[in-house]
Amino acid sequence: MTATAEGKSAVGTARVRLEGLDKVTGAAKYAGEVDFDGLAYGHLVLSTVARGRVRAVHADPVLALPGVVGVWHHGNAPRVNTDFSGMLGPVDPLLGLFQNDRVPHAGWPVALVVAETSEQAREAADALAVDYDPEPHDVVFGADRPEAYTPPGQEDRSKGDIEAGLAASAVVVDREYSTPEEYHNSMEPHAATARWEGGRLEVVDSNQGTPMVAGDLAQLFSLDPESVRVRAEHVGGAFGNKGTRPHLVAAVMAATALQRPVRVTLTRRQMFSLVGYRPPTAQRVRLGADPDGRLRALDHEACSQTSTTIEYTELSATPARTLYDADAHRTAHRLLRLDVPSPTFMRAPGEAPGSFALESALDELAEKCGVDPIELRLRNEPEVGPLSGLPFSSRNLRACLEEGARRFGWADRDPRPGVRREGRWLLGTGMAAATFPSGAVPSTASATAEADGSFTVGVNASDVGTGARTAMALVAADALDTDPDNVKIRIADSDLGPAMIAGGSMGTRSWAWAVAEAARELRERLVPGAEVPPEGITARTDTGAAIGALAQKERYSFAAQFAEVAVDPASGEVRVRRMLGAFAAGRIVNPLTARSQLLGGMVWGLSMALHEEAARDRASGAVVGGDLAGYHVAANADVPDMEAFWVDDPDPDDPVGIKGIGEIGIVGAAAAIGNAVWHATGVRHRHLPIRPDRVLAAGREAPGA
Amino acid sequence: MKEFDYRRADGVSGALALHGAAPEARFLGGGTNLVDLMKTGIERPSLLVDIRELPLDGIEATGDGGLRIGATATNSDTAAHPEVRRRYPALAQALLAGASGQLRNMATVGGNLLQRTRCGYFSDATGPCNKRVPGSGCPAIEGEHHNHAILGASAHCVATHPSDMAVALAAFDAVVAYETADGPDEMPLADLYPPVGDTPHVETALPAGALITSVTLPPAPVAAASRYRKVRERASFAFAIGSVAAALEVRDGTVHDVRLAFGAVAPRPWRAQTAEKALAGGPATAEAFAAAADAELAAAEPLPDNEYKVPLMRDLAVSVLTELAEEAGA
Repeated sequence: MTATAEGKSAVGTARVRLEGLDKVTGAAKYAGEVDFDGLAYGHLVLSTVARGRVRAVHADPVLALPGVVGVWHHGNAPRVNTDFSGMLGPVDPLLGLFQNDRVPHAGWPVALVVAETSEQAREAADALAVDYDPEPHDVVFGADRPEAYTPPGQEDRSKGDIEAGLAASAVVVDREYSTPEEYHNSMEPHAATARWEGGRLEVVDSNQGTPMVAGDLAQLFSLDPESVRVRAEHVGGAFGNKGTRPHLVAAVMAATALQRPVRVTLTRRQMFSLVGYRPPTAQRVRLGADPDGRLRALDHEACSQTSTTIEYTELSATPARTLYDADAHRTAHRLLRLDVPSPTFMRAPGEAPGSFALESALDELAEKCGVDPIELRLRNEPEVGPLSGLPFSSRNLRACLEEGARRFGWADRDPRPGVRREGRWLLGTGMAAATFPSGAVPSTASATAEADGSFTVGVNASDVGTGARTAMALVAADALDTDPDNVKIRIADSDLGPAMIAGGSMGTRSWAWAVAEAARELRERLVPGAEVPPEGITARTDTGAAIGALAQKERYSFAAQFAEVAVDPASGEVRVRRMLGAFAAGRIVNPLTARSQLLGGMVWGLSMALHEEAARDRASGAVVGGDLAGYHVAANADVPDMEAFWVDDPDPDDPVGIKGIGEIGIVGAAAAIGNAVWHATGVRHRHLPIRPDRVLAAGREAPGA
Repeated sequence: MKEFDYRRADGVSGALALHGAAPEARFLGGGTNLVDLMKTGIERPSLLVDIRELPLDGIEATGDGGLRIGATATNSDTAAHPEVRRRYPALAQALLAGASGQLRNMATVGGNLLQRTRCGYFSDATGPCNKRVPGSGCPAIEGEHHNHAILGASAHCVATHPSDMAVALAAFDAVVAYETADGPDEMPLADLYPPVGDTPHVETALPAGALITSVTLPPAPVAAASRYRKVRERASFAFAIGSVAAALEVRDGTVHDVRLAFGAVAPRPWRAQTAEKALAGGPATAEAFAAAADAELAAAEPLPDNEYKVPLMRDLAVSVLTELAEEAGA
């Protein structure tokens, strides 16, 4: 790392967001706010049946309504190419807007109404009559469905003989766990404005990666990639749901047909069928151990739901491949195809629901063995990757467990459940271990020395609210040996060139690598004392080769989560009193925003443990109460005293030392809370969320347990 | 969203005239429920008559020792009013247990009484619901109903009334004053919400076009020792899954006066008169409270996923009444 002139590194120094003032004063324009002359507004019409065909779309009466300028549906929509693969794999058929009459799930887009104002568009869309030929649908997810299959490419990974290992174990835990449908609910709903300008398609969108979206649009509309420009200056939360989404396709389709700018925004309710969700999971964990808690057998099988249009697997069994070794070790995934919307990546896909099952089971094993839950994990710390045998790039879970326990006050804990009472509340504490992969994806960046002595850095980062722009300024300042205020950062514009999306906890690491390399090259080209020409001096890099040359290792972040809860057994209410997260997640670029991001993950884990759940109605096949009144996320009053800290853990193979912190914050948090609820009450909750009615029902089934 | 006109009313009679002259008119109070429902197409007024500027926001003592609360008094102002807090603490607590600070600053007392159910089927304009489209069916009965009614519902609707405030008002025998073109009138809150039966879309007994002008609480010394307890799925900004408003006066170990009402269990705030009768003149013990709550809940007809509400309400009632009895004895 390069130090600044004062000998102080910018990376690691707390910095407020560069665009923070603009955001809190409303000066920052989001994708649904940018203004264009002649802007028209589109509103999607979604299917009200869960399976079948569109028989007729009665567009004429709607075309006669005030302000309506167009209605598109399968009968008149231009052709869209859906035969390609994007950055994340085969294109989602959902993007093939109005290409046929099939309805594969409730809330599938069947028409687009465009009008002069957004109110007119919405009113006309609501008025559009669509006739269907409905077919019977199946939306019931459960562990007991025989149709579940092993998804291609996700074959079981195993070593040893599980059944023999369990048979030879003195202590066995064999339990089933489940998590419900959960939705990202980014605060900013999806919005895109598309227009043709000087022969180019210009799109202002809210997304996690403009190069990915621009590439998809070029393919969908058979355009020269150079003629598509996508920008996403500010993004109000994403968490996995802001890839290329149907509102974008709709906006481009209408803007092209009408030759005027068109904006399409989604309502909160539409976000419950068009932008993905975390699928429900049904998981079984079997652990076999010696009396001292050392694992002999570990078996984790996780089933999740997908749609009939894509094969998305929630990889919930993956944490066990990193966290624990056992002579017999099997992790497996199953998939059930239903007439439901397509699920997708949602913050810590796999690890979030998977860690709930695995880390709850570990706690059950600790209880059965009479071993402290932290000690149990320390006894099972592997030296190398349990399945790969590869070394870890760094593994500081032990430090997280030990320092976390010290700060949380774990040493004084009475292990007995159900014995601490404070008025009507029973109190308990719990913990969980956590892991999430660290990675980097080839990206490009440019660094320019300007004639006035300042620098401009271009990297196609996407700032989804995490502070990516600010993080890049810190990385660039160190690499250029200048002050962050002397660096102008350009991000979120597909014209900047290819780069990793904001996803997979890999954005900051991938972009920072490219920025550091570009800055290093630029410094090599700058002659001390020589004048910089008016056009500046620019260096460009692509990290493909460097990342390709990385040695094979187990590369992961680690964490330990701690929680204290209060449970009222008479009302079933669960309140979290405090949470502590201890993280080993690489070098921290901006402690201010990193802390927020980690705490945000922990809050989401709390929300997942106690609140979040979308109920799918069997009769209609749609989500009931698809809004923020019906789908609860934790409110301020639910979020208690929270602390996140990190131990020193720079990645030795990364030029900046980064691992990535986007997802590790949520992993294990729900398990820590569930384990604390057991410690408070003596009752295990294996099905999320831990709702009051479930606490009451469980308490009545196991009185005094 | 349907295009609508907006008029600010000048005086109660002006408001009534505006409302009466337009089909599909609605009075606009805080708009915290109405405007949401307009966005989703469930309410489709042609005219909004804004009544917030009307001089109906006063809160004053009545000559007999009761309290009159103006219809446009905000939930926040009502909860903070010293006489509300002193004479009817359960009402202040109920108000503060509802919604969020921002919503309470906007929401009015009259609007609070007339808010619509938060049943997820009601709020989805694309599906069946007997409240929205009479005769279309009630999908909650076979579907999602873990937070629906166990008392006073019917085969046509199992939605609950969402108000916290109204539960406390029900316990204290509130009277609702309103005005129509024919002049002022009033009715007990107990009569405001008609039985659901096969007409769940008929949500109030108010005459068409009536404007609620105030809510009067008759004097109730027992209310000075009252409490509202709300159970919800998160710590704030959530509707109750069960709530209790209770007041208790004990003399020589005997129940001298008691008020008990349940929330989130019925299509209306549920005054627990059976329980009150069972308790009157009897011992103020946990056993008596439990027996009274059981008597009240004997009429419960839970669905498979809301059976938990029966023991929940019993335990809540016993817990709150026991607390009040202990405090009275202390």
